[in-house]
Amino acid sequence: MKVTKSTLLASAVAAIAGSAMAEEMTLVSWGGAYQASQTKAYAEPFMEMNPGLTIVWDESSPEAVAKLRAMNEAGNITWDLVDVVAADAIRLCDEGLAMEYDPDELLAAAPDGTPASEDFGDLLVSDCFIPQIVYSTTAAYRPDLLPDGAPAPDSICAMFDMETYPGKRTLEKRPINNMEWALICDGVAKDDVYDVLATEEGQQRALDKLGTIKDQVVWWGAAAEPPQLLADGEVVMGTSYNGRWFSAIEEQDQPFEMLWDAQVFDLDGWIIPAGLSEERLARVKEFVKFATDTQRLADQAKFISYGPARASSAPLVGQHAELGIDMAPHMPTDPNNAKNTFLYNYEFWADYRDDIDAKFQAWLAQ
Amino acid sequence: MFVGAGQGNVLLGILLGAVLMAGLAWVYIAVLDNERVARWITILGLTAAGYFFAGFTGLVIGLLVGWFFAFFIFWLYEGRYRQKLLPYLTGRQVFGHYLFRVVCGAIFVFLITPILVVLPLSFNAQDFFTFTPEMLRLDPEGYSLKHYEDFFTNNEWQRSFKNSLIIAPIATVISVSLGTLAAIGLSQSHVPGRRAIMGILISPMIVPLIISATGMFFFYSDIGRFLEGTLGMDKNFVGYVKVILAHAVLGIPFVIITVTATLVGFDQSLTRAAANMGAGPVRTFFKIQMPLILPGVISGGLFAFITSFDEVVVVLFVGSASQKTLPWQMFTGLREQISPTILAVATILVVISIALLTTVELLRRRSERLRGLSPA
Repeated sequence: MKVTKSTLLASAVAAIAGSAMAEEMTLVSWGGAYQASQTKAYAEPFMEMNPGLTIVWDESSPEAVAKLRAMNEAGNITWDLVDVVAADAIRLCDEGLAMEYDPDELLAAAPDGTPASEDFGDLLVSDCFIPQIVYSTTAAYRPDLLPDGAPAPDSICAMFDMETYPGKRTLEKRPINNMEWALICDGVAKDDVYDVLATEEGQQRALDKLGTIKDQVVWWGAAAEPPQLLADGEVVMGTSYNGRWFSAIEEQDQPFEMLWDAQVFDLDGWIIPAGLSEERLARVKEFVKFATDTQRLADQAKFISYGPARASSAPLVGQHAELGIDMAPHMPTDPNNAKNTFLYNYEFWADYRDDIDAKFQAWLAQ
Repeated sequence: MFVGAGQGNVLLGILLGAVLMAGLAWVYIAVLDNERVARWITILGLTAAGYFFAGFTGLVIGLLVGWFFAFFIFWLYEGRYRQKLLPYLTGRQVFGHYLFRVVCGAIFVFLITPILVVLPLSFNAQDFFTFTPEMLRLDPEGYSLKHYEDFFTNNEWQRSFKNSLIIAPIATVISVSLGTLAAIGLSQSHVPGRRAIMGILISPMIVPLIISATGMFFFYSDIGRFLEGTLGMDKNFVGYVKVILAHAVLGIPFVIITVTATLVGFDQSLTRAAANMGAGPVRTFFKIQMPLILPGVISGGLFAFITSFDEVVVVLFVGSASQKTLPWQMFTGLREQISPTILAVATILVVISIALLTTVELLRRRSERLRGLSPA
């Protein structure tokens, strides 16, 4: 009895020690098809180049800001590199939780010698933010669930048109994007949206417009929910990230159609947490330089339909790695898809987010 | 009834169904009066109706419903419901008896159906939590083992499975050793303030988990810094130590409670007799006390193991991604991915839990039989 117990313990300790021997780097991302594309395009080639290094993924990006704050307070940063949306990167940078960097020093230049700061250009929205992809929040619907004879929706306002397109829809449980769409469909010109939204009446107007469909809306929190809801036939249309729709439509053969009208562009990228030890920082820098070079960003687009953040990567985007279809027409930035677009307005939402969030939540609870 | 429900009018469906069944009952009793024929008519009729309205699924449902109602009508009519009961019970008592059974049955259904729903879904050929039309037709195309394959080939799932298998047993061994000792100590009447100590020891079970987890996060961060910084231990090793200790703390209350319960029936004169014959306390414990309280220790250990194996909140706070356990992976997978791999894992876990509990129960019965202590 005693012998078996101690052998067990010894082997368990050996197992722990064994897994602890290898060098590890923890990357934080969003899970799902997106993280899979990062694994294939960056992590696997990097691990091949660096035998002995293991990359561990933590799917904690949704709560990255809160967790980094707690880690910082406890003085115990366990993450090496964190994938966040640009708005979160700006917040983390302001709070000193993310490291500021010099693009031309940290990031590789384009193959033709263009320095990184020019290659990424306007997408460097914060001193801490290392852009990776351009994605969009956009709509999709199930043609087979629309009433017979209804014209195919060609505008985001189909979301608010309960007469032509009856049935439940799913929208993200936050004011961003929804408020803008509501105002546009209430007759506000695209250029005036944020001026109107800055006023008390404008916010109420957007909520009133959303109120016309409120009892038919299923609110989602995670981007994986809308494809699931649409596949189940629980809703007839909804919004999610374009890459999620792509993976449901092309890779899983779901009968969805994209509705690109009034899609909202946003950026996603890495931040390096402040306060890493020198040894860890050196390794992370090496990884970032590799993972954001022109070829790697173009490679990622083989696995998911998000646009690479570097101008020099765009011409290299080819075909899907498994399906062999051209990826360019599925990119949110493709001219056919980008006829009517928005760019996430960082300044506006930085100023108004708390206020409008509170109003939106109160409105939801009514 | 089901046709009504299918067309979005459950109440009307139930009413129609009841009228139909009452009509049928009257026809059988007044006209046919032959149970076997009536039973076959009902079964075949409802099966055909079910098949007509809803294909294969309808056929199965119709079959079951027909069988049930054919039985039910004659069961009610002939008063067969009194046969197995005591003859002097009043009508109300008979009704209460069956009501009790129906409620018990309903409880089992509500407890078990959610688990059963998961099993077929895990063989879904699609990447969604959906019963596809192919699955409902029992078409082999609609089923696949790909989610099981994903579990066994995907690095993230394998890592988390391995972590769970490392963390849970070690945490269990620690909680069982400490919990048993604590329970024995606390059952001695001369220990001062034992109620207070007991209260503190079982507090992890009472305090909301999220609060313990937040506290543990800061506490173990300091410990981790000390172990890594001052003692220079490996970061990953420290990570495991932190999670294992945190889980051991959560498991201890279960062991204390179950062992204390068995100790209530333990005759302290046995230990005095052992001491009288020259056995030291350690020897007495292993030879006399331990075998007698073993059932309590084992069930406490089982609870401790399951606590650690199922735990997601504390490990999310205390662990880092290298210590990702199975529940953690399921939790994030559910939120970010909604992949049926989670269902495949759930199915595997359900099977393992059933096997584990059955083994323990069989072992317990065997040892009780061997010692002639069988309760029944």
